Amino acid sequence: MSDMKREDMQQIGPLQKISPWCWEIPRRGDMRVPGRIFSDREFITRAGQENALEQVANVACLPGIEMASLAMPDIHWGYGFAIGGVAAFRMEDGIISPGGVGYDIACGVRLIRSNMLASEVEKAIPDLVHELSRNVPAGVGRHGDVRLGRRELDDLMTRGVPWLISQGYGWPDDVDAIEDGGVLAGANPELVSPRARDRGSAQSGTLGAGNHFLEVQRVEQVFDETAARAFGIFPGQLCIMVHTGSRGLGHQICTEYVKTMGSAAARAGINLPDRQLACAPINSPEGKDYYATMACAVNFAGGNRQVMTHLVRQSCEYIFKSSAENLGLDLVYDVAHNVAKFEEHETAAGRKILCVHRKGATRSFPAGHPDIPEKYRAVGQPVIVPGDMGTASYLLMGAEAAMTESFGSTCHGAGRVMGRRAAKRAIQGHELKARLEAQGITIRAGRTSTLAEEAPEAYKDIDKVVEVCHQAGLSKKVARLRPLGVVKG
Amino acid sequence: MMRPFELIEHTADIGVRAFGSSELEVFQNAAAGMFSLIADPELVECRDEFDVRAEADDREALLVEWLNELLYLHESQDLLLKRFEVKKLGETELEARVCGEPIDRGRHELMRDIKAATYHMLKLKESSKGWTTEVIFDV
Repeated sequence: MSDMKREDMQQIGPLQKISPWCWEIPRRGDMRVPGRIFSDREFITRAGQENALEQVANVACLPGIEMASLAMPDIHWGYGFAIGGVAAFRMEDGIISPGGVGYDIACGVRLIRSNMLASEVEKAIPDLVHELSRNVPAGVGRHGDVRLGRRELDDLMTRGVPWLISQGYGWPDDVDAIEDGGVLAGANPELVSPRARDRGSAQSGTLGAGNHFLEVQRVEQVFDETAARAFGIFPGQLCIMVHTGSRGLGHQICTEYVKTMGSAAARAGINLPDRQLACAPINSPEGKDYYATMACAVNFAGGNRQVMTHLVRQSCEYIFKSSAENLGLDLVYDVAHNVAKFEEHETAAGRKILCVHRKGATRSFPAGHPDIPEKYRAVGQPVIVPGDMGTASYLLMGAEAAMTESFGSTCHGAGRVMGRRAAKRAIQGHELKARLEAQGITIRAGRTSTLAEEAPEAYKDIDKVVEVCHQAGLSKKVARLRPLGVVKG
Repeated sequence: MMRPFELIEHTADIGVRAFGSSELEVFQNAAAGMFSLIADPELVECRDEFDVRAEADDREALLVEWLNELLYLHESQDLLLKRFEVKKLGETELEARVCGEPIDRGRHELMRDIKAATYHMLKLKESSKGWTTEVIFDV
């Protein structure tokens, strides 16, 4: 990566440490607000080396940005916006940006719990992983068994998970454990192009490739017993985690709006430090259309995870010879970590609705927040943080400081440290598979040649990422989950 | 002879640096570079031909749109593409003919999903040695 040129980057001055876990990029040049990175010494040094900090500064130049351009500890260099970035824009003079959400709109994670101890069913886990890999279409360009006609795709994009449940994909209770009850309002399917439909209609219920996964996990450690009890989590428990997004539908929507908004930004007189930051005023026709189209992809992505949940339940029923209800395969929660949402936050000018962009960041509302499902309101919103396939994933809960420091946001994963080709050069796919299997982790991967791109070495230490968020008060640790079996695309 | 393209690296994503004696050639080589990330071009045969058109506000954006058109064709019709002949390259529009074949999972190992060609740090420039472009993909 060292040989790429960066002359169009915002130049930044020395960082100022403003709290034990937060560094500030002071305002300079075209920056309207400072940049702030939640980090420790090691991560901030790395972010500086790969110029992710300049990307945080670039976002600080966009119109109507409130308080600061933020980054979570899992920050790494992205295209346009850094991955791990959070930025909130005022309704009256702010912008909305497809690049600030990303191509994989509403990529997210859901955690399904069970009432089984992993140790009780240890012998069946390789069979379960095999069954999941047969049942859930995964891999590059793979099509699913759930083919949606035009009207059904419209229903899914506007009515989301509740519609899928009415069609038999899931349980009525599932909607109580999904952000916004499984349907983001304001979706307009008429704005979704035929091309986006082409790319999306065959992919419902498919995992996709890259960093997406389906994992069988064991709850290895519980940090907060009260919260764990509220979330239905106990030590040794067997859980299943799903990580995927809106697939080709979202990719195409983002592609089209980055193009449209490049022209819209020029017309609105917005000077873009990087063309990938293409954006439009929230209240402009392009801004409103993007939100209504993005909402379709958000509902599609949640629906994708819902169909997969249905397939996971079926697979467990087959392997454990019992009904999904008897196995207690309930949803703990479902979060999207690439999304823009209108939310009310405290600002210097009082409480205001802001357009909060999270690109590789998770909503993290604390106890008592009205947008948290009632059953969790006394403890805080569950936050699911997927790790890499060899280490661990976390269940966290939203915490108070997130509301004052990060527009109700925390980290979303481990964050890459190694490029994909560098990982592939350093690590052989078949060796990695053998090593993980020696650790007792069953792997089913579509491809071994590119499996190494997702090797644990390519990611930051998730324990440290989660610890920074815990110490900074953006989220609190509830449980650590260890992979027992992984299905990769 | 000048190499048609090389791969460049980014922490999360991958890019292509393509070379050519003209802008037209650079457009063709960037497409070949992108498809080399998806599957081994040696294993792809030219069985069918397809016409591709793209439009954008300027030449740099046109390069991104051209690559995104090809990704759409690849994903929506389950195709692998290999020969890219740009017939007409205007300032804001392009016409091309490409060839390839339907994906055969027995013969083709698909290495990656490319979500999109991005505008991030996009470069298209001329030097004394010819034309060069750099495009970053979201993978």
